[in-house]
Amino acid sequence: MPAVVQLEDIHKTYDSGEVQVHAVRGVSLTLNSGDFMAIMGASGSGKSTLMNTLGCLDRPTRGRYLLDGVDVSGLDRNELADLRNEKLGFVFQGFNLLSRTTALENVELPMLYGRQRASGRDLQTRAEHCLQIVGLADRADHFPSQLSGGQQQRVAIARALVNNPQVLLADEPTGNLDSKTAVEVMGVFQKLNDQGITIVMVTHELDIARFCKRNLIMRDGRVVSDITVADRLFADAELQRLRDAEAAAKLTD
Amino acid sequence: MHLGSTFTVSLRALRRNAMRSVLTALGIIIGVAAVIAMVSIGNGAKSMVESQIAALGENVLLIFSGSLTQGGARTGAFGAGTLTVEDADAISHQLTNIIAVSPEVRTGAQVLANGLNWSTQVLGEGADYLGIRQWPLAEGNMFTDSDVRSVGKVCIIGQTIVNQLYPDSSPIGQTLRIRNQPFKVVGVLSAKGLSVQGQDQDDLVIVPYTSAMKRVTKQTMLRSINAQAASADGIATAQNDIVELLRQRHRTTEQTDDFTVRNQEEIAIAATATSKTMTLLLGAIAGVSLIVGGIGIMNIMLVSVTERTREIGIRLAVGAHGSEIQLQFLTEAVVLSAFGGMLGILLGIGTSELLSRVNHWPTLVSPVVVVSAFLGSAGVGVISGFYPARKASLLDPIDALRYE
Repeated sequence: MPAVVQLEDIHKTYDSGEVQVHAVRGVSLTLNSGDFMAIMGASGSGKSTLMNTLGCLDRPTRGRYLLDGVDVSGLDRNELADLRNEKLGFVFQGFNLLSRTTALENVELPMLYGRQRASGRDLQTRAEHCLQIVGLADRADHFPSQLSGGQQQRVAIARALVNNPQVLLADEPTGNLDSKTAVEVMGVFQKLNDQGITIVMVTHELDIARFCKRNLIMRDGRVVSDITVADRLFADAELQRLRDAEAAAKLTD
Repeated sequence: MHLGSTFTVSLRALRRNAMRSVLTALGIIIGVAAVIAMVSIGNGAKSMVESQIAALGENVLLIFSGSLTQGGARTGAFGAGTLTVEDADAISHQLTNIIAVSPEVRTGAQVLANGLNWSTQVLGEGADYLGIRQWPLAEGNMFTDSDVRSVGKVCIIGQTIVNQLYPDSSPIGQTLRIRNQPFKVVGVLSAKGLSVQGQDQDDLVIVPYTSAMKRVTKQTMLRSINAQAASADGIATAQNDIVELLRQRHRTTEQTDDFTVRNQEEIAIAATATSKTMTLLLGAIAGVSLIVGGIGIMNIMLVSVTERTREIGIRLAVGAHGSEIQLQFLTEAVVLSAFGGMLGILLGIGTSELLSRVNHWPTLVSPVVVVSAFLGSAGVGVISGFYPARKASLLDPIDALRYE
């Protein structure tokens, strides 16, 4: 499998006044196409910084980062923006949808910043298709405030998918969701991963990490373990189990 | 991103806060409306003055007899009494760029007809007078050159005289007694109304200047001479020619001139200067409100940038360039102010219309003002949107996304 992401000895130092904060100290990592990785770690372990670096939102102080074969370490602000637009999709903990903007328009957003010209008709077709993938085709003209947390996060996922990214980056995508909705969202991720999309997510919930294929644990800016998940959970089975449990709870009532 | 998408993005953002957008634009709406209404009022006043100046006639030059210094005391205007009929003839015959001349004398006199009497102004003029003044007759004919030569007892009268002395029948052919001399009425002037100074311009009787001098005033000197230049461009040359000719005839120099030549343009400039100043003042006051409107837009855009930091973060994260964010906020500001500008134009024109209907103020909406008010408001949008837009474009995506 070809490598989509290749990090070579990445360092990131923040210069906050007198103190130098060494957030990431030499991380090397390879992600292949079709990988599904969870990054875990306590706060301050450097996982957010690593995520920002992967997301081309931030440049490493030292080291090399190859995204889809392109060295992004030396690119400027605008080149990084183009890269984010074309090759990366973002899903955030707080959903970060534009308020008072329909689900469809939210999904269209990344295409508006694409370097290729697309007609309004084309934008809409692609956005509708992505909403369909996450199962929200019938909510296209709803505003975020009219959607549940799980639905909002699925709109956010549709937005991340709309430019056919190489890698989908999710920063605690289930952090604001209840456990059942979290499983549903993980189900969407698993389905996308099955279709070949590479996914990297940050989480601090162990049971959520078990839906991924690979778990990376960080501490003090270094990778302390990088394991393949042995007892992987599958969302469909988990949801069935939850439903059964609920039904059982009612029966015993 | 191309311009079309920027426009879409900006419009969507404005639509999300429709109420606030309208309130923000209100500053510009009022500013532009004020500019247009104020300048329209000023222009209306100016055009009224100008039309009254135009009522003086076409390419008119006025030659007044000036003052005279005698033993250190100076007589007032017209005091010199040095203009003669020969001067008028000389101007008429020797200067080719003067196409018409009318010597003028005037006096106040009691006039009688139909057993009624009225005190009015009697003007002695040449046969070309009405042509020079561009003053049409309502009825009858102007007296002719032969009437002038024969010191004819004919006259034409203004509307006020008609109203006062001939209330029942047409005055044409009837007799008007001026200082007990019978004059036959041959024409009635069309009404001119009040002058800028509030004088009734229709309260007059015009007789041949020869008749006026010999039968009414018993004077030998002219009060003034009306002359008409061949073209508007030729006025200045004609004026110089007249001055030269009269200096030669009166043997005077610039210091001792006993006459004054004024052209219509000078009179017009003096008269319109006031209303121009008025227009400028009104426009400036209105301009201030436009600037205040612009500051309102800048204020709201700044608040908007802070409030929408997270939105900017999202846009940057999904691939917006800083310049695109800047363009978006700039477009929002410009759309707001252009939209406000257009509504302001409608409101301004409406206000001017209303003022002229209700208060009977003359207003004149000039396209130049409308266009420049619109461009001005768009300019205000660019200027007031620039700083907030710049601020937004320089945000760091990571910080912006984390902003609470």
